[in-house]
Amino acid sequence: MKPLGRIYLIVILIFLYTPILVMMAMGFNASPLYELPFSFSLQWYQALWNNTVLLTAGLNSIIIATITALLSTALGTMASVALSRRTFRGKSLLQLMLLPPIAIPWLITGTAMLIFFYWSGIGRGMHALLIGHVALAIPYVVLVVGTGFRTIRADLEEAAMSLGSTPVHAFFSITLPLLYPSILGAALFAFAVSLDQFVISYFLATPGYTTLPVQIYSSIRKGFTPEINAISTVLLLGSMTIILIFARFAKPGDTRDKR
Amino acid sequence: MTNVKVNSVAKTYGTTPVLSDITTEFPEGSFTSLLGPSGSGKTTLLRIVAGFIKPDQGVVTIGNNDVTDIPVWGRNIGMMFQSYALFPHMTIAQNVAFGLERRGIKGAAARKEVDRALEMVRLPGFGDRTPKQLSGGQQQRVALARAIVIKPSVLLLDEPLSALDRRLRQEMQVELLRIQRESGLTTIFVTHDQEEALTLSDKVAILDKGRIVQIGEPETVYERPLTRFAAEFLGDSNFLTGTIDNGAVRLNDGTVVKTTGTLPGDRSKVTLAVRPEKMSIVSGPTDGNSLTARITTVIYAGPVLSYLLETKDGLPLKLFAQNRDGKVLSDGDTITLSWSPEHTVPVAE
Repeated sequence: MKPLGRIYLIVILIFLYTPILVMMAMGFNASPLYELPFSFSLQWYQALWNNTVLLTAGLNSIIIATITALLSTALGTMASVALSRRTFRGKSLLQLMLLPPIAIPWLITGTAMLIFFYWSGIGRGMHALLIGHVALAIPYVVLVVGTGFRTIRADLEEAAMSLGSTPVHAFFSITLPLLYPSILGAALFAFAVSLDQFVISYFLATPGYTTLPVQIYSSIRKGFTPEINAISTVLLLGSMTIILIFARFAKPGDTRDKR
Repeated sequence: MTNVKVNSVAKTYGTTPVLSDITTEFPEGSFTSLLGPSGSGKTTLLRIVAGFIKPDQGVVTIGNNDVTDIPVWGRNIGMMFQSYALFPHMTIAQNVAFGLERRGIKGAAARKEVDRALEMVRLPGFGDRTPKQLSGGQQQRVALARAIVIKPSVLLLDEPLSALDRRLRQEMQVELLRIQRESGLTTIFVTHDQEEALTLSDKVAILDKGRIVQIGEPETVYERPLTRFAAEFLGDSNFLTGTIDNGAVRLNDGTVVKTTGTLPGDRSKVTLAVRPEKMSIVSGPTDGNSLTARITTVIYAGPVLSYLLETKDGLPLKLFAQNRDGKVLSDGDTITLSWSPEHTVPVAE
């Protein structure tokens, strides 16, 4: 069974990574029509350097994703604290209501947001994108941080309080450090949700302010060049680096109380 | 080193009273066990003394201070939890120093205190390890060091030994008692383990349905239980019911049983408690009380033989005997058992 399992794993990895590797390779191929044989060239990276539209969209994406990660992590963590440590009326309903947005198709959420933002005067553009992305990412954050909370025993804070900590001090000196890997994971998750987001961004972007996935989509419609591969490669390497750094330093799950 | 008092303390959750009108005192330097089944309110009482729960009414005083309105972090208590509750992201030294730091003791002075506390629990040199590297027993010692290093006014123990295995638990009991005696801390100990309560305590309080049923020295509570519940919860007991007749008790089958305990007036109903180890199997007539019964089961438990008996009225009885000659009697044998009027305790139902 052991070699069979290994083969299975390799097949899965091939399926996952071959398209990505082909995509990356084609960014270094001179042919604009993705023709073989392969001849190495950096011309598409040079072209990308001069393609301000694509670069601006890429930068927008990163800015939006960063702000989304920061805001939704802060808001979601606070919600998670309340849901995990406090009792109040309507708590279980609130907890339940957080889950459907994850399952609702983005197309429907996007349409709803567009209609609502148009009707309420919020309109479209960067601020609308931010609101949409943050709203979308919060349930994920609450879910991830909430799971982290479950690994921390409530009596740790009680022990701190018995030793003289106020509840606020107990939270910041005990719970928050233990929650740190979950919060970091949630932030990365939120970042990825925002960076990946196409449907909602497509609805809420304006011609003057788009994100990378939306820009790539409109470029493809006009007929595309390997510049797309180049920027995708840059983006991919960037996000993979972040995730690897996270996995290396945060050691998710390492600090949890095993009992 | 302070005495702790609770005065008419009551707590109700929703419509369920958890504690009703508790008044008791924990004298300076004493070790008191709160013993009772789950739901008896023993943990609630401990948490009210700690300050985690605010009572609906009543007053808690530590020393001469009314602390009823002071939250837990202002009470200067030392507490041990069932789950040890060591901070997993800190070293052992940091764990022990946590309370010192909250009191403004840092640097070399804190290090000295920490070292001394770790020495007291026999874990010198463990300061740089993390809780995960320690065994359950060691973690519990660290929790104890962390609780006493701050020189608390009172030491509160919430079933701290129940997560340990039997052998380790006995070892920790000895350790706990030694440290309690050395430090002279007023200690309140919540447990559901009766043996633990008897071995460790100066005083045992038995709780039932939010009330203290009986409080006293272990020997008094065990030998002279006041109620059927107290007799049943602390140890094993046989119960005989009858009517008072001329200073003695006439059982339903006509047997007359004498007691040295105080009985209410003639004709009233009474319940008598007799510990199974106070009864013995005799061959002839005796001066004390005696009954005839049939053996239903003999349980061989090494040093002790337990006999499950039944009188001809169908009243079940238990008798514990020292295993001197092995199992000589067997199921179905009819025996005469005897016990002293001194060991016949009238109890309230």
